[in-house]
Amino acid sequence: MNYDFNFDVIWRNWELLAQGLGLGLFLAIVSIAIGCLIGLLAAFGMLSRHKILRWIAGGYVSAIRNTPILVLILFCYFALPQLGIALDKISSFIFTLSIYAGAYLAEVFRSGLVALPKGLREAGLAIGLTEFKIKTYIIIPVMFRNVLPSLSNNFISLFKDTSLAAAIAVPDLTFYARKINVESFRVIETWMVASMIYVVACYVIAWLLRRLEQRLAVPR
Amino acid sequence: MNLLDGLGDTILISVSSVVLGTILGVFVGLAMTYGQRWLRFIVRLYIDFLRGTPVFVLILACFYILSVVGVDLTAFQAGVLALTLFCSSHVGEIVRGALSAIAVGQTEAAKSIGLTFMQTFVYVLLPQALRQILPTWVNTATEIVKASTLLSIIGVVELLLATQQVIARTYLSLEFYLFAGFVYFLLNFVIEQAGRAVERRISIP
Repeated sequence: MNYDFNFDVIWRNWELLAQGLGLGLFLAIVSIAIGCLIGLLAAFGMLSRHKILRWIAGGYVSAIRNTPILVLILFCYFALPQLGIALDKISSFIFTLSIYAGAYLAEVFRSGLVALPKGLREAGLAIGLTEFKIKTYIIIPVMFRNVLPSLSNNFISLFKDTSLAAAIAVPDLTFYARKINVESFRVIETWMVASMIYVVACYVIAWLLRRLEQRLAVPR
Repeated sequence: MNLLDGLGDTILISVSSVVLGTILGVFVGLAMTYGQRWLRFIVRLYIDFLRGTPVFVLILACFYILSVVGVDLTAFQAGVLALTLFCSSHVGEIVRGALSAIAVGQTEAAKSIGLTFMQTFVYVLLPQALRQILPTWVNTATEIVKASTLLSIIGVVELLLATQQVIARTYLSLEFYLFAGFVYFLLNFVIEQAGRAVERRISIP
């Protein structure tokens, strides 16, 4: 193998890669935020007393979790306009990733909710809180802290899923990496640097979330 | 039948990646659990690197890089290689977790009745670890089926690309994307149910 490494073209395009990473992080944060809301609703839906709600929420979660995200992305971008829902690339991707994230996070939240002791709700009722207040002030915060470790894993994997935005030509890190690759033929360097950036970003996210976990941990 | 061929390829890609990835992953997991310090360090890097990189990037990297360094693989093979590596890192992590969850006393007991390492592993540790591994492993298998769609981007005519080709001819994007999504759902649903059935069979009553 005689391949001469030459990282020049990567350094020259450093700004593009950084921009791409920034966009990826932005997409991930927005989608995860919306996904958390959807996930909470779906989780409460799955544990609801009403059969129809359980059915709808359960159906949503298992349908989305068992469908490849690329199919969802292409569906939302290419097929939904036929139904009159035309979104631009970035909104369409955020829409897709939020719905995808919602299904995964719902499963996390559901297991968190199931694991909570009954006494929490009863204590809330005893001091005269409404069901809604019990959920927002007691159940959700406690559950959130308990599920943070598995939430972190999901956040990281959702961040990695932003690389698929390149499939509909959203200019994220993978998109620019492919562009640099095709334009410069510095194949190995490009992909090495691109995956290193993802790996480091994942490490940083994991570290930040662990810090958050430690901060929120109940002192024993 | 274009779509049927595509489905066949999807299944072929998934099965070969899962099988190869699992074999490799077991070794990765063993190295993580029983390896020397330097070996564990290298394997840790391997796992972290593969798990930190999006599968899509792995697939593109395998596809583009291998042709440059003179390894001639078809898009299909490069894709399977990428999915195999991805699968092995996940399986490695699962195997390590399962093995380290087994109480040390088990290994000590096996040693004290004179079993070799191989015997200890096969008769004592593996049967217990498998029970732990199965649910997560099934999950990984469905992840691989879903990730196989990404091979469409490097031009492997699996179910998704076959679907896109049909759409290009018929302009029925809504119908055919829904159909493809449904087929993937069905595939994964079947895998999940099969996994549950096996889990029930082998669970300790």
